[in-house]
Amino acid sequence: MAKIQITTTVNGDERELLVEPGWTLLRMLRDELLLTGTKEGCSNGNCGACTVILDGRTADSCLVLAAEADGREVTTVEGIAFGAELNVVQDAFMQDASMQCGFCTPGFIVSTTALLRGNPAPAEDEIRLGLAGNLCRCTGYDKIVKGVQDAAASLEKQGARL
Amino acid sequence: MADFEFAAPVELDEALRLLSGTPGSRPLAGGTDLIDQLNAGRRTTGLVVDLKRIPVLMRLDVDGDGLHIGGARSCTDVQQHSAVRADYAGLAEACGLIGAVQIQNRAAVAGNVCNAAPSADTIPALISLSAHAIIRSQNGTRDVPLDEFFIGPGQTVLNDGEILEELVLPTPPDSSASAYLRFIPRNEMDIAVAGVGSYLEVDPNSKVITRARIALASVAPTPVRAREAESHLEGKVLSDEVIDEAAALAPNSASPISDVRGSAEFRLELVKVLTARTLRKCAERIG
Repeated sequence: MAKIQITTTVNGDERELLVEPGWTLLRMLRDELLLTGTKEGCSNGNCGACTVILDGRTADSCLVLAAEADGREVTTVEGIAFGAELNVVQDAFMQDASMQCGFCTPGFIVSTTALLRGNPAPAEDEIRLGLAGNLCRCTGYDKIVKGVQDAAASLEKQGARL
Repeated sequence: MADFEFAAPVELDEALRLLSGTPGSRPLAGGTDLIDQLNAGRRTTGLVVDLKRIPVLMRLDVDGDGLHIGGARSCTDVQQHSAVRADYAGLAEACGLIGAVQIQNRAAVAGNVCNAAPSADTIPALISLSAHAIIRSQNGTRDVPLDEFFIGPGQTVLNDGEILEELVLPTPPDSSASAYLRFIPRNEMDIAVAGVGSYLEVDPNSKVITRARIALASVAPTPVRAREAESHLEGKVLSDEVIDEAAALAPNSASPISDVRGSAEFRLELVKVLTARTLRKCAERIG
Protein backbone atom coordinates (compact mmCIF):
# COMPACT_ATOMS: atom_id res chain seq x y z
CA MET A 1 0.00 0.00 0.00
CA ALA A 2 1.14 3.49 -0.71
CA LYS A 3 2.61 5.26 2.28
CA ILE A 4 0.94 8.41 3.52
CA GLN A 5 2.80 11.56 4.45
CA ILE A 6 1.80 13.01 7.79
CA THR A 7 2.96 15.86 9.98
CA THR A 8 2.64 15.23 13.70
CA THR A 9 3.93 17.17 16.68
CA VAL A 10 5.63 14.63 18.93
CA ASN A 11 6.83 15.82 22.33
CA GLY A 12 6.86 19.39 21.05
CA ASP A 13 8.76 18.71 17.83
CA GLU A 14 7.03 18.78 14.46
CA ARG A 15 7.84 15.55 12.64
CA GLU A 16 7.20 14.69 8.98
CA LEU A 17 6.74 10.99 8.50
CA LEU A 18 5.78 8.44 5.87
CA VAL A 19 3.45 5.87 7.39
CA GLU A 20 1.59 2.85 6.07
CA PRO A 21 -2.20 2.88 6.48
CA GLY A 22 -2.02 -0.30 8.57
CA TRP A 23 0.46 1.06 11.09
CA THR A 24 -0.75 1.95 14.55
CA LEU A 25 0.46 5.09 16.29
CA LEU A 26 2.22 2.73 18.72
CA ARG A 27 4.26 1.20 15.90
CA MET A 28 5.14 4.61 14.51
CA LEU A 29 6.35 5.85 17.90
CA ARG A 30 8.40 2.77 18.70
CA ASP A 31 9.74 1.62 15.33
CA GLU A 32 10.01 4.87 13.37
CA LEU A 33 10.74 7.42 16.08
CA LEU A 34 12.45 4.96 18.46
CA LEU A 35 10.42 6.30 21.37
CA THR A 36 10.42 2.94 23.12
CA GLY A 37 9.14 4.27 26.45
CA THR A 38 5.66 3.61 25.07
CA LYS A 39 5.18 -0.13 25.63
CA GLU A 40 3.25 -2.74 23.68
CA GLY A 41 1.27 -4.92 26.09
CA CYS A 42 -2.03 -6.41 24.99
CA SER A 43 -2.38 -4.56 21.64
CA ASN A 44 -6.15 -4.42 22.10
CA GLY A 45 -6.86 -1.52 24.40
CA ASN A 46 -7.09 -3.34 27.70
CA CYS A 47 -3.75 -2.80 29.42
CA GLY A 48 -2.83 0.85 28.84
CA ALA A 49 0.94 0.19 28.57
CA CYS A 50 0.89 2.17 25.30
CA THR A 51 -0.95 5.20 26.73
CA VAL A 52 -0.01 8.54 25.16
CA ILE A 53 -1.58 11.99 25.32
CA LEU A 54 -3.20 12.82 21.98
CA ASP A 55 -4.45 16.41 21.61
CA GLY A 56 -4.67 16.74 25.40
CA ARG A 57 -6.40 13.45 26.18
CA THR A 58 -5.06 10.00 26.90
CA ALA A 59 -5.40 7.31 24.25
CA ASP A 60 -4.21 3.75 23.81
CA SER A 61 -1.77 4.21 20.92
CA CYS A 62 -2.39 0.59 19.83
CA LEU A 63 -5.97 1.64 18.90
CA VAL A 64 -5.03 4.72 16.88
CA LEU A 65 -3.77 4.54 13.31
CA ALA A 66 -0.56 6.45 12.67
CA ALA A 67 -2.34 8.20 9.79
CA GLU A 68 -4.96 9.53 12.24
CA ALA A 69 -2.20 11.48 14.00
CA ASP A 70 -1.72 13.77 11.00
CA GLY A 71 -1.92 17.36 12.26
CA ARG A 72 -2.31 16.20 15.86
CA GLU A 73 -0.14 16.61 18.93
CA VAL A 74 1.27 13.54 20.70
CA THR A 75 3.05 13.41 24.06
CA THR A 76 4.77 10.21 25.11
CA VAL A 77 6.40 9.38 28.43
CA GLU A 78 9.63 10.81 27.00
CA GLY A 79 7.88 14.17 26.66
CA ILE A 80 6.47 14.14 30.18
CA ALA A 81 9.76 15.09 31.84
CA PHE A 82 11.14 18.62 31.64
CA GLY A 83 14.42 17.88 29.88
CA ALA A 84 16.59 16.05 32.39
CA GLU A 85 14.26 16.98 35.25
CA LEU A 86 11.57 14.46 36.16
CA ASN A 87 8.00 15.64 36.58
CA VAL A 88 6.37 15.25 40.01
CA VAL A 89 4.67 12.01 38.98
CA GLN A 90 7.91 10.37 37.90
CA ASP A 91 9.58 11.65 41.04
CA ALA A 92 6.85 10.33 43.34
CA PHE A 93 6.79 6.93 41.58
CA MET A 94 10.58 6.69 42.19
CA GLN A 95 10.34 7.76 45.84
CA ASP A 96 7.46 5.39 46.55
CA ALA A 97 8.80 2.51 44.42
CA SER A 98 5.44 2.51 42.60
CA MET A 99 6.58 -0.29 40.33
CA GLN A 100 7.68 -3.88 40.35
CA CYS A 101 8.77 -5.14 36.92
CA GLY A 102 8.24 -1.62 35.54
CA PHE A 103 6.68 -2.55 32.20
CA CYS A 104 3.38 -0.81 32.94
CA THR A 105 5.07 2.20 34.56
CA PRO A 106 5.33 4.55 31.53
CA GLY A 107 1.62 4.09 30.83
CA PHE A 108 0.75 4.75 34.46
CA ILE A 109 2.92 7.88 34.50
CA VAL A 110 1.26 9.25 31.36
CA SER A 111 -2.25 8.46 32.66
CA THR A 112 -1.45 9.93 36.08
CA THR A 113 -0.09 13.11 34.52
CA ALA A 114 -3.30 13.54 32.51
CA LEU A 115 -5.42 12.68 35.57
CA LEU A 116 -3.69 15.29 37.76
CA ARG A 117 -3.96 17.93 35.05
CA GLY A 118 -7.73 17.54 35.15
CA ASN A 119 -8.04 16.90 38.88
CA PRO A 120 -5.01 18.01 40.94
CA ALA A 121 -6.34 16.55 44.21
CA PRO A 122 -8.13 13.29 43.41
CA ALA A 123 -9.66 11.07 46.11
CA GLU A 124 -8.49 7.45 46.22
CA ASP A 125 -11.53 6.15 44.36
CA GLU A 126 -11.04 8.83 41.69
CA ILE A 127 -7.42 7.70 41.30
CA ARG A 128 -8.41 4.04 40.99
CA LEU A 129 -11.19 4.83 38.51
CA GLY A 130 -9.00 7.27 36.56
CA LEU A 131 -6.27 4.65 36.21
CA ALA A 132 -8.60 1.69 35.54
CA GLY A 133 -7.36 1.57 31.94
CA ASN A 134 -3.82 0.80 33.09
CA LEU A 135 -3.12 -2.73 34.26
CA CYS A 136 -0.19 -3.83 36.43
CA ARG A 137 0.32 -7.57 36.08
CA CYS A 138 2.55 -7.54 39.16
CA THR A 139 -0.61 -6.17 40.87
CA GLY A 140 1.30 -3.52 42.78
CA TYR A 141 -1.61 -1.11 42.77
CA ASP A 142 -1.39 0.18 46.35
CA LYS A 143 2.07 1.66 45.81
CA ILE A 144 0.95 3.16 42.52
CA VAL A 145 -2.00 4.84 44.26
CA LYS A 146 0.39 6.11 46.95
CA GLY A 147 2.68 7.49 44.24
CA VAL A 148 -0.24 9.37 42.71
CA GLN A 149 -1.31 10.74 46.11
CA ASP A 150 2.24 11.88 46.86
CA ALA A 151 2.55 13.49 43.42
CA ALA A 152 -0.70 15.37 44.09
CA ALA A 153 0.57 16.41 47.52
CA SER A 154 3.84 17.77 46.15
CA LEU A 155 1.94 19.69 43.46
CA GLU A 156 -0.13 21.29 46.21
CA LYS A 157 2.96 22.04 48.31
CA GLN A 158 4.69 23.66 45.36
CA GLY A 159 1.52 25.48 44.36
CA ALA A 160 2.24 24.07 40.90
CA ARG A 161 0.22 22.48 38.14
CA LEU A 162 1.36 19.80 35.75
CA MET B 1 -2.53 -5.56 10.25
CA ALA B 2 -3.52 -6.54 6.73
CA ASP B 3 -3.09 -3.89 4.05
CA PHE B 4 -5.77 -1.34 3.36
CA GLU B 5 -5.98 2.16 1.94
CA PHE B 6 -6.72 5.10 4.21
CA ALA B 7 -8.55 8.35 3.55
CA ALA B 8 -9.46 11.22 5.85
CA PRO B 9 -11.81 13.48 3.86
CA VAL B 10 -13.07 16.77 5.26
CA GLU B 11 -16.33 16.75 3.24
CA LEU B 12 -19.18 14.37 3.99
CA ASP B 13 -19.95 13.93 0.27
CA GLU B 14 -16.38 12.81 -0.40
CA ALA B 15 -16.59 10.25 2.44
CA LEU B 16 -19.88 8.90 1.07
CA ARG B 17 -18.43 8.69 -2.45
CA LEU B 18 -15.40 6.76 -1.21
CA LEU B 19 -17.48 4.40 0.93
CA SER B 20 -20.01 3.64 -1.83
CA GLY B 21 -17.26 3.22 -4.44
CA THR B 22 -15.32 0.59 -2.49
CA PRO B 23 -17.29 -2.52 -1.47
CA GLY B 24 -16.30 -3.70 2.00
CA SER B 25 -14.84 -0.32 2.99
CA ARG B 26 -15.17 0.71 6.62
CA PRO B 27 -15.92 4.10 8.16
CA LEU B 28 -13.63 4.88 11.11
CA ALA B 29 -14.92 6.88 14.05
CA GLY B 30 -13.06 6.31 17.34
CA GLY B 31 -11.51 3.07 16.12
CA THR B 32 -11.53 1.30 19.48
CA ASP B 33 -13.53 -1.59 18.00
CA LEU B 34 -12.51 -1.38 14.33
CA ILE B 35 -8.73 -1.15 14.78
CA ASP B 36 -8.80 -4.05 17.23
CA GLN B 37 -10.88 -6.11 14.78
CA LEU B 38 -8.49 -5.33 11.89
CA ASN B 39 -5.44 -6.00 14.05
CA ALA B 40 -6.74 -9.35 15.24
CA GLY B 41 -7.81 -10.35 11.70
CA ARG B 42 -11.49 -10.62 12.69
CA ARG B 43 -12.29 -8.14 9.95
CA THR B 44 -10.57 -7.18 6.69
CA THR B 45 -11.16 -4.19 4.48
CA GLY B 46 -9.72 -2.53 1.41
CA LEU B 47 -10.35 1.01 2.61
CA VAL B 48 -10.69 2.79 5.93
CA VAL B 49 -12.36 6.22 5.81
CA ASP B 50 -11.68 8.37 8.87
CA LEU B 51 -14.77 10.47 9.66
CA LYS B 52 -13.33 12.69 12.39
CA ARG B 53 -12.27 15.56 10.10
CA ILE B 54 -15.80 16.05 8.76
CA PRO B 55 -17.36 18.94 10.74
CA VAL B 56 -20.99 17.77 10.49
CA LEU B 57 -20.02 14.38 11.96
CA MET B 58 -18.38 16.14 14.92
CA ARG B 59 -21.45 18.19 15.83
CA LEU B 60 -22.69 18.09 19.41
CA ASP B 61 -25.39 20.64 20.11
CA VAL B 62 -29.00 21.20 21.03
CA ASP B 63 -31.58 22.82 18.74
CA GLY B 64 -35.35 22.69 18.31
CA ASP B 65 -35.17 18.99 17.34
CA GLY B 66 -33.24 18.07 20.48
CA LEU B 67 -29.69 16.86 21.05
CA HIS B 68 -27.57 16.10 17.98
CA ILE B 69 -24.62 13.73 18.41
CA GLY B 70 -22.51 13.58 15.26
CA GLY B 71 -21.38 10.18 14.05
CA ALA B 72 -17.77 10.64 15.14
CA ARG B 73 -18.17 12.36 18.55
CA SER B 74 -16.41 10.68 21.46
CA CYS B 75 -18.00 9.32 24.63
CA THR B 76 -15.92 11.79 26.66
CA ASP B 77 -17.22 14.76 24.66
CA VAL B 78 -20.80 13.58 25.05
CA GLN B 79 -20.44 12.76 28.75
CA GLN B 80 -18.93 16.18 29.50
CA HIS B 81 -21.50 18.19 27.54
CA SER B 82 -23.57 20.33 29.92
CA ALA B 83 -26.91 19.59 28.22
CA VAL B 84 -26.21 15.85 28.32
CA ARG B 85 -25.40 15.98 32.03
CA ALA B 86 -28.51 18.05 32.75
CA ASP B 87 -31.15 16.48 30.50
CA TYR B 88 -29.86 13.09 29.36
CA ALA B 89 -28.37 11.68 32.58
CA GLY B 90 -28.80 8.04 31.54
CA LEU B 91 -26.65 8.64 28.45
CA ALA B 92 -23.96 10.45 30.47
CA GLU B 93 -23.89 7.48 32.87
CA ALA B 94 -23.52 4.99 30.02
CA CYS B 95 -20.73 7.00 28.32
CA GLY B 96 -18.76 6.97 31.58
CA LEU B 97 -18.90 3.17 31.82
CA ILE B 98 -17.39 2.16 28.46
CA GLY B 99 -13.88 0.80 28.88
CA ALA B 100 -11.65 3.23 30.74
CA VAL B 101 -10.67 6.87 30.21
CA GLN B 102 -8.40 6.07 27.23
CA ILE B 103 -11.25 4.26 25.46
CA GLN B 104 -13.92 6.88 26.27
CA ASN B 105 -11.61 9.59 24.90
CA ARG B 106 -11.56 7.88 21.48
CA ALA B 107 -14.68 5.71 21.20
CA ALA B 108 -17.61 7.39 19.47
CA VAL B 109 -21.15 6.99 20.80
CA ALA B 110 -22.31 6.31 17.23
CA GLY B 111 -19.49 3.77 16.90
CA ASN B 112 -20.75 1.94 19.97
CA VAL B 113 -24.16 1.89 18.26
CA CYS B 114 -22.86 0.68 14.86
CA ASN B 115 -20.68 -2.03 16.41
CA ALA B 116 -24.04 -3.35 17.67
CA ALA B 117 -22.79 -5.51 20.51
CA PRO B 118 -25.84 -6.77 22.45
CA SER B 119 -23.97 -5.62 25.58
CA ALA B 120 -23.24 -2.06 24.37
CA ASP B 121 -23.82 0.37 27.24
CA THR B 122 -24.92 3.47 25.33
CA ILE B 123 -27.67 1.72 23.36
CA PRO B 124 -30.24 1.10 26.15
CA ALA B 125 -29.70 4.67 27.37
CA LEU B 126 -30.19 6.04 23.85
CA ILE B 127 -33.29 3.90 23.18
CA SER B 128 -34.84 4.89 26.51
CA LEU B 129 -34.31 8.54 25.49
CA SER B 130 -36.09 7.87 22.14
CA ALA B 131 -33.00 8.40 19.98
CA HIS B 132 -33.30 8.34 16.21
CA ALA B 133 -30.55 7.27 13.82
CA ILE B 134 -30.06 9.59 10.87
CA ILE B 135 -28.58 7.39 8.17
CA ARG B 136 -26.87 8.96 5.20
CA SER B 137 -25.65 7.66 1.88
CA GLN B 138 -25.13 9.02 -1.61
CA ASN B 139 -28.76 8.13 -2.27
CA GLY B 140 -30.08 10.35 0.51
CA THR B 141 -31.07 10.28 4.15
CA ARG B 142 -33.31 8.00 6.17
CA ASP B 143 -34.47 8.32 9.74
CA VAL B 144 -34.75 5.12 11.80
CA PRO B 145 -35.89 4.96 15.45
CA LEU B 146 -32.97 3.40 17.30
CA ASP B 147 -35.05 0.49 18.63
CA GLU B 148 -35.48 -0.59 14.98
CA PHE B 149 -31.78 -0.22 14.11
CA PHE B 150 -30.48 -3.63 15.29
CA ILE B 151 -31.10 -6.96 13.60
CA GLY B 152 -28.67 -9.28 15.39
CA PRO B 153 -25.38 -9.39 17.26
CA GLY B 154 -23.09 -7.00 15.33
CA GLN B 155 -25.82 -6.55 12.70
CA THR B 156 -27.66 -3.33 11.94
CA VAL B 157 -29.94 -1.98 9.21
CA LEU B 158 -26.98 -0.08 7.71
CA ASN B 159 -26.26 -1.09 4.12
CA ASP B 160 -22.93 -0.80 2.29
CA GLY B 161 -22.24 2.86 1.56
CA GLU B 162 -24.42 4.08 4.43
CA ILE B 163 -23.14 5.76 7.57
CA LEU B 164 -24.76 6.82 10.82
CA GLU B 165 -24.57 10.58 10.29
CA GLU B 166 -25.97 11.48 13.69
CA LEU B 167 -28.12 10.46 16.60
CA VAL B 168 -30.95 12.83 17.47
CA LEU B 169 -32.53 12.73 20.93
CA PRO B 170 -35.71 14.79 21.46
CA THR B 171 -35.58 17.35 24.28
CA PRO B 172 -37.10 15.75 27.38
CA PRO B 173 -39.79 17.81 29.16
CA ASP B 174 -39.20 19.17 32.68
CA SER B 175 -40.95 16.39 34.58
CA SER B 176 -38.84 13.59 33.19
CA ALA B 177 -35.59 11.76 33.93
CA SER B 178 -33.41 8.90 32.71
CA ALA B 179 -30.91 6.49 34.25
CA TYR B 180 -28.61 3.67 33.13
CA LEU B 181 -27.18 0.88 35.26
CA ARG B 182 -25.36 -2.31 34.37
CA PHE B 183 -24.09 -5.23 36.39
CA ILE B 184 -20.46 -6.37 36.13
CA PRO B 185 -18.60 -8.50 38.69
CA ARG B 186 -15.77 -5.93 38.85
CA ASN B 187 -15.74 -2.20 39.57
CA GLU B 188 -14.89 -1.11 36.01
CA MET B 189 -13.38 -2.22 32.67
CA ASP B 190 -15.83 -5.02 31.98
CA ILE B 191 -18.70 -5.99 29.70
CA ALA B 192 -22.27 -5.83 31.00
CA VAL B 193 -23.75 -9.10 32.23
CA ALA B 194 -26.99 -7.14 31.92
CA GLY B 195 -27.75 -3.44 31.48
CA VAL B 196 -30.94 -1.40 31.77
CA GLY B 197 -31.70 2.12 30.57
CA SER B 198 -34.92 3.71 31.83
CA TYR B 199 -36.80 6.92 31.13
CA LEU B 200 -39.89 8.25 32.89
CA GLU B 201 -42.06 11.26 32.12
CA VAL B 202 -44.84 12.31 34.52
CA ASP B 203 -47.59 14.87 34.70
CA PRO B 204 -46.11 17.47 37.10
CA ASN B 205 -49.36 17.88 39.03
CA SER B 206 -50.91 14.43 39.19
CA LYS B 207 -47.60 12.44 39.00
CA VAL B 208 -49.31 10.16 36.49
CA ILE B 209 -46.69 8.53 34.25
CA THR B 210 -47.27 9.82 30.74
CA ARG B 211 -44.39 8.01 29.05
CA ALA B 212 -42.09 5.17 30.08
CA ARG B 213 -39.23 3.69 28.08
CA ILE B 214 -37.11 0.79 29.31
CA ALA B 215 -34.38 -0.83 27.20
CA LEU B 216 -32.31 -3.89 28.07
CA ALA B 217 -28.75 -4.89 27.11
CA SER B 218 -27.01 -8.26 27.11
CA VAL B 219 -30.20 -10.28 27.50
CA ALA B 220 -31.15 -10.88 23.84
CA PRO B 221 -29.45 -10.99 20.41
CA THR B 222 -30.13 -7.24 20.13
CA PRO B 223 -30.96 -4.51 22.62
CA VAL B 224 -34.70 -4.83 23.39
CA ARG B 225 -37.43 -2.71 24.89
CA ALA B 226 -39.31 -3.99 27.92
CA ARG B 227 -42.67 -3.09 26.41
CA GLU B 228 -44.84 -4.95 28.91
CA ALA B 229 -43.18 -3.10 31.77
CA GLU B 230 -43.52 0.22 29.91
CA SER B 231 -47.26 -0.32 29.33
CA HIS B 232 -47.76 -1.24 32.96
CA LEU B 233 -46.26 2.09 34.04
CA GLU B 234 -48.03 4.42 31.62
CA GLY B 235 -51.26 5.89 33.00
CA LYS B 236 -50.48 5.04 36.62
CA VAL B 237 -49.39 7.34 39.44
CA LEU B 238 -45.65 6.96 40.04
CA SER B 239 -45.01 5.00 43.24
CA ASP B 240 -42.60 2.42 44.67
CA GLU B 241 -45.27 -0.21 44.25
CA VAL B 242 -45.87 0.45 40.56
CA ILE B 243 -42.11 0.47 39.97
CA ASP B 244 -41.78 -2.98 41.57
CA GLU B 245 -44.71 -4.31 39.53
CA ALA B 246 -43.11 -3.03 36.29
CA ALA B 247 -39.70 -4.42 37.24
CA ALA B 248 -41.24 -7.86 37.77
CA LEU B 249 -42.62 -7.69 34.19
CA ALA B 250 -39.35 -6.55 32.56
CA PRO B 251 -37.75 -10.05 32.34
CA ASN B 252 -40.69 -11.12 30.11
CA SER B 253 -39.04 -9.08 27.31
CA ALA B 254 -35.61 -10.71 27.75
CA SER B 255 -34.40 -13.93 26.12
CA PRO B 256 -30.93 -14.32 27.59
CA ILE B 257 -28.40 -17.08 27.01
CA SER B 258 -26.12 -18.63 29.61
CA ASP B 259 -22.47 -17.90 28.93
CA VAL B 260 -19.18 -17.23 30.68
CA ARG B 261 -20.49 -13.93 32.07
CA GLY B 262 -23.63 -15.29 33.67
CA SER B 263 -26.47 -17.78 33.47
CA ALA B 264 -29.78 -16.98 31.80
CA GLU B 265 -31.54 -17.23 35.19
CA PHE B 266 -29.10 -14.76 36.74
CA ARG B 267 -29.60 -12.34 33.87
CA LEU B 268 -33.39 -12.45 34.25
CA GLU B 269 -33.01 -11.61 37.94
CA LEU B 270 -30.59 -8.80 37.04
CA VAL B 271 -33.11 -7.33 34.59
CA LYS B 272 -35.72 -7.18 37.35
CA VAL B 273 -33.35 -5.61 39.89
CA LEU B 274 -31.74 -3.13 37.48
CA THR B 275 -35.13 -2.09 36.10
CA ALA B 276 -36.36 -1.32 39.61
CA ARG B 277 -33.18 0.59 40.48
CA THR B 278 -33.11 2.67 37.30
CA LEU B 279 -36.82 3.52 37.65
CA ARG B 280 -36.23 4.60 41.27
CA LYS B 281 -33.34 6.79 40.11
CA CYS B 282 -35.64 8.36 37.52
CA ALA B 283 -38.28 8.96 40.23
CA GLU B 284 -35.68 10.60 42.51
CA ARG B 285 -34.41 12.77 39.68
CA ILE B 286 -37.91 13.92 38.78
CA GLY B 287 -38.29 14.83 42.48
